[in-house]
Amino acid sequence: MSALDDNAKEIAEDAGGEEIATSSREINTKEQDNGAGGPIILFFIIGLFASLILGWVIFPKLLYSKKKQPIDFNHVLHVAEVEDGCESCHFFREDGTYSGVPKLEQCIDCHDEIQGISHDEIKFVEKYVSKGREVPWLIYSRQPDCVFFSHAAHVKAAKIDCVTCHGHIGESENLKIYEESRITGYSRDIWGKSIGGFKKNTWDRMKMDDCAECHRKNTANISRTGVKTPTNRLIGHIIDLVSPGTSVSNKGGSVQTERDACFVCHK
Amino acid sequence: MKHKKAKKYGMVIDLDKCTGCGSCMVACMAENNVPFRKDESNKLLSITWMRVYKLTNGKPFPNTDICYLPRPCMHCEGQHEGHSPCVTVCPAIATDYNIETGIVSQIYTRCFGCRYCMASCPYHARYFNWWDPVWPDGMEKYLSPNVSPRMRGVVEKCSFCFHKYQLAKEKAFMKGRRELKEDEYQTACTQACPADAITFGDLNNPNHAVYRMAKPDPKHHGRPTNPHAFRLLERLGTNPKVYYLSSREWVRRAGDNYLENESIAKKPAHHE
Repeated sequence: MSALDDNAKEIAEDAGGEEIATSSREINTKEQDNGAGGPIILFFIIGLFASLILGWVIFPKLLYSKKKQPIDFNHVLHVAEVEDGCESCHFFREDGTYSGVPKLEQCIDCHDEIQGISHDEIKFVEKYVSKGREVPWLIYSRQPDCVFFSHAAHVKAAKIDCVTCHGHIGESENLKIYEESRITGYSRDIWGKSIGGFKKNTWDRMKMDDCAECHRKNTANISRTGVKTPTNRLIGHIIDLVSPGTSVSNKGGSVQTERDACFVCHK
Repeated sequence: MKHKKAKKYGMVIDLDKCTGCGSCMVACMAENNVPFRKDESNKLLSITWMRVYKLTNGKPFPNTDICYLPRPCMHCEGQHEGHSPCVTVCPAIATDYNIETGIVSQIYTRCFGCRYCMASCPYHARYFNWWDPVWPDGMEKYLSPNVSPRMRGVVEKCSFCFHKYQLAKEKAFMKGRRELKEDEYQTACTQACPADAITFGDLNNPNHAVYRMAKPDPKHHGRPTNPHAFRLLERLGTNPKVYYLSSREWVRRAGDNYLENESIAKKPAHHE
């Protein structure tokens, strides 16, 4: 009995002792608070800036590997020399497919022998032309396998110019560094230069959203859920009168989205 | 801007001509990069966008008769445009009905493999990829670049060779046309059939062979008015775009679940 009582007393004393200890600690921290506020905020600000720099500067550098094209190419020089402008080297085949990246066949007419004094040309003729080997160009605008893109539909049927999607590449004197995402294996030109995904020009990015942006303009402008109500149909007809080609009466082929059908761009 | 008359691509398969050779299946597999496995003995796991079934009238020897029935995706239109069984249930918008062509598409990158569409399809036309495709050595080089290969965990099905439509369109654009001629867009199975049993074209165009053969009745959801034509499970109201022709009564009866004494007379679907 007495042993148990002793135990109980000890426990009570222990508990009391703790209480005292904790209260004294509280006093200590209260005293320290007055001095530590500054460093904590400073620490927070440093952390914030560090993570911002990490995300916006260091991460993109780590994400993309930099590759040089096998040889450099001067668009300005070539455009001045050839007769048909861009179409001398980038042309449609008869069956409607597009020969985007030139093959040796197109170069060989002029570059059978060395024309100038540039190092890249000498390298080109010696390494590729004389050996009959194709240049392994790195393609900035290569899309994933599930994408169907028809140059004929955009250029021949819809009369869109090259610059809208490819930018002023014809005015460049050097080929830029090819940046490949280490995660996806696609070029940085697909995601866009800005890591945040902001774009100023139509040619800044080549993601699905960028295709959809244009495709949406040419189909429905009214929300997919509201499109079936009579009121919205009336609005659609009014829009059709004011600016033809933008309303629901000109909607795309998809039952699910009332825009262009998914199969238009996916394969 | 007036809306152009939409197309409704469909197929007519003459079962009296079909010899069951399976050329359509082979052509389809090759054209669409359909994956296969080393061991295909379990047919429940095989992927065949086009599959040839063997039907029999079940009678003893002197009267026995068989018929082969190739079955692609039916590209059902449903009771109103795009009300296909699979399109209406897809929670991912991975399968879609194209109003311009009447083709039911399947977007593999969008599909997350719930297989609801497979459950809703009454024709078993949809298949699930249980494994990533493994091609025999060197065969990747023979894959068609116009059809993306699928990965494990997605559903796939016949697309009426939609990429052939896209390529035919490209060619037409080069000639300054927007409309396709009948022979410019044909599916791989149609072209491969040595017996000429498969015909493909626009069911909305009276000049196309498929229209003349099936004579679809637009007032009754495309029900064929040719007495020899029928569609699979007609009375479900799925409004398929694949028509079958046969001069044999038992074959036409096999197209739907008729009762023993029920007449096959063209009765409208249940909703009328």
